[in-house]
Amino acid sequence: MGNRFEISAEPLEVAVITGMVTTPQCGAVATFVGIVRDHNAGRKVLWIDYEAYAPLARTTFEKIGREAAERWPSAQIAIHHRTGPVAIGEASVVVVAASPHRADAFAACRYAIERVKQIAPVWKHEHFEGGEVWIEGAVANPDDEAARQVAFERACS
Amino acid sequence: MFVTVRLFARLRELAGASELQQELPDEANAKTAWQSLVRTCPALAEYEPLISCAVNEEYARLSTPLKHGDEVAFLPPVSGG
Repeated sequence: MGNRFEISAEPLEVAVITGMVTTPQCGAVATFVGIVRDHNAGRKVLWIDYEAYAPLARTTFEKIGREAAERWPSAQIAIHHRTGPVAIGEASVVVVAASPHRADAFAACRYAIERVKQIAPVWKHEHFEGGEVWIEGAVANPDDEAARQVAFERACS
Repeated sequence: MFVTVRLFARLRELAGASELQQELPDEANAKTAWQSLVRTCPALAEYEPLISCAVNEEYARLSTPLKHGDEVAFLPPVSGG
């Protein structure tokens, strides 16, 4: 049984990650797989290079897991992210939430990926036809309660 | 005192280094380290309103005091997923 919160250059295996959180008490497993798509903002994307501050990314994933556990105590969560070059169609991130019932599994899974987008120290270096660009999204602030509320609302909508 | 500064993504590219040693006054905080960094690499200045900071691999405020041997990381806006 591996670490439920991980970031590495290894390809992501959804079945392995799912096995880390599924127990006999679970009647539901919700899985989010983020994959690299071939277009972004009008550009033809060739691949994405992911850079991360790995030790902080791991503890941030653990924090997200604790946040989700506070709200959905029955849900077990795993978050795995990939670093380095990731080809079109390959998984860059996998979030799995397992729970006795589907409502909590769906909500915890959605919450966790929203929080990854908000606060995980990971960066996309997009390589597209004709160039490359660093993608910059949210200013990461784990203490920003408003951002956390947005993630809750998306999870429960 | 000396601290290790870590830079990522576009900050790393603008500075031309992922890690550097920085000498700071003893009462320095993370903001002092950032300001010192911007003096040596003015191209980073545009990121001032956008950076996050971590001290010894934990998210921290810019007001966090630093001590000799600390690792302070500056992070541009994130884009994982």
